[in-house]
Amino acid sequence: MAYKIVASQCTVCGACEFECPNAAISLKNEMYVIDPKKCTECESHFDAPQCAAVCPVANTCVPA
Amino acid sequence: MGNLISLEALKAPVSSEEMKKAMDSGGCSSGSCGSSEGKDELPQEIWDKVKNHPCYSEEAHHYFARMHVAVAPACNIQCHYCNRKYDCSNESRPGVVSEKLTPDQALRKVLAVASEVPQMSVLGIAGPGDSCYDWRKTKATFDLVAAQIPDIKLCLSTNGLALPEHVDEIQHMNIDHVTMTINMVDPEIGAKIYPWVFYKNKRWTGLEAAKILHDRQMMGLEMLAERKILVKVNSVMIPGVNDQHLVEVNKVVKQKGAFLHNIMPLISDPAHGTHYGLTGQRGPRAMELKALQDKLSEGTKLMRHCRQCRADAVGLLGEDRGQEFTMNHVPDDVSYNPEKREAYIEVVARERGEHVAAKQAVEEKMAGFGAVESVLVAIATKGGGRINQHFGHAKEFQVYEATPKGIQFIGHRKVEEYCQGGWGEDATLDGVISALEGVDVVLCSKIGDCPKDSLKAAGIRATDDFAHEWIEAGIAAWLSAELGHTPAIGIETAVQASA
Repeated sequence: MAYKIVASQCTVCGACEFECPNAAISLKNEMYVIDPKKCTECESHFDAPQCAAVCPVANTCVPA
Repeated sequence: MGNLISLEALKAPVSSEEMKKAMDSGGCSSGSCGSSEGKDELPQEIWDKVKNHPCYSEEAHHYFARMHVAVAPACNIQCHYCNRKYDCSNESRPGVVSEKLTPDQALRKVLAVASEVPQMSVLGIAGPGDSCYDWRKTKATFDLVAAQIPDIKLCLSTNGLALPEHVDEIQHMNIDHVTMTINMVDPEIGAKIYPWVFYKNKRWTGLEAAKILHDRQMMGLEMLAERKILVKVNSVMIPGVNDQHLVEVNKVVKQKGAFLHNIMPLISDPAHGTHYGLTGQRGPRAMELKALQDKLSEGTKLMRHCRQCRADAVGLLGEDRGQEFTMNHVPDDVSYNPEKREAYIEVVARERGEHVAAKQAVEEKMAGFGAVESVLVAIATKGGGRINQHFGHAKEFQVYEATPKGIQFIGHRKVEEYCQGGWGEDATLDGVISALEGVDVVLCSKIGDCPKDSLKAAGIRATDDFAHEWIEAGIAAWLSAELGHTPAIGIETAVQASA
């Protein structure tokens, strides 16, 4: 499983990219995208997925 | 001479030679009036740091402009008054930008603006998110700019949560102004303002979140004060939530070493999509804000001229020239031309000397006026400390209060321009009249009979008799005329007598 970013709602602030422990998030065509192959939902690292925890817009960084 | 300072005059090609010529012709012989410029209340070393910063010095804000670059979009907290998805080029409030910039783009923009807008003295990073949380971008931008324009003041604004980790670097980079937004010192109240904070890899909510934020803010404030970095505290006044509480906040931040306290009205509108906007939490009225500010005369020194500008604002007073400098207008290869800025700084030093002298003369005059209780005067000005704007062109009025203590700037009122292409709109005038709640008289450089009569009917006098005077001198002259040069008569009696 992985998380995904709802492009139409994303403000492109970059906080998720900064917090991701797996470098799974990157900027593609001026929008942030989560690579499902690299995303571990932060299982081995933290109690909760970091990207979703820091995202400023509700329901924008969600389970894929 | 006064017209040389307004942004208007400088848009027309005024070369640095012309500026120098105007300055050399007569008047003050010394290049910079040293001690006469020093604000009587401040120690010299602090005055030197703030005298050219338009946000930290009310006097400076007539002459200098600030520029914000929106390089820090990531934020680590959520405030009920913020919605950063909302971006509109017509809207002006903190957190809003037209375009985010990379540090390299920011450098080009700063070089372009510094060459074109000689009044620019400060570069601030205020957002659109949090400058300390998005530290890499903040630091990269400041490093690039400081290398090219070493005399620009660097300023940053933050919610304080991530601040303690960067205080040493801040000091090392010679950033000597930091603004922190502190809306509460009581976590119970904080819980009503901050739905969550992101700290130590976890999202915290409720009382816990507010407590963490409060502790970190106090720690950051103490660390900055220890290092003699000037801290301005911004507080958003939210009626019913923290309005009474801000009195306590003011006391606490003073005790911890804050230099200035800026109490700003909440901006709340459902169209912005903020939580407060959508739930109908209102902002304070102008007189409510004034009442709170008046209560705080014993605490931390107050800032009253905050423009609550966008995170990409460029300009003087309430003016925002940001749209002229969007990235598509900035050439790829920008070189910085310091000529205009250097000339402007010399011109300002002289003008300020005159303005300060005029103010002192006014203070002496006022002492002879006797019983003047409290008169609120709204001024239409383009800048430079003079009454130099047409009533119809004003997008805001600067409000001064005349009391037995003297004449003091107390705030500004934003309005829609009354004059639309040659004639005025009645509905707009109604808006202007309600924005001028509590004001006794409007001084401007020109006003038509129609708005003048409408204002009079609403109990507000207006005159253009003092066009182009220094602001304080114009106010004193108006008062003097109203009082009929008889100091014993109170202002109300004089007004009734001449009505």
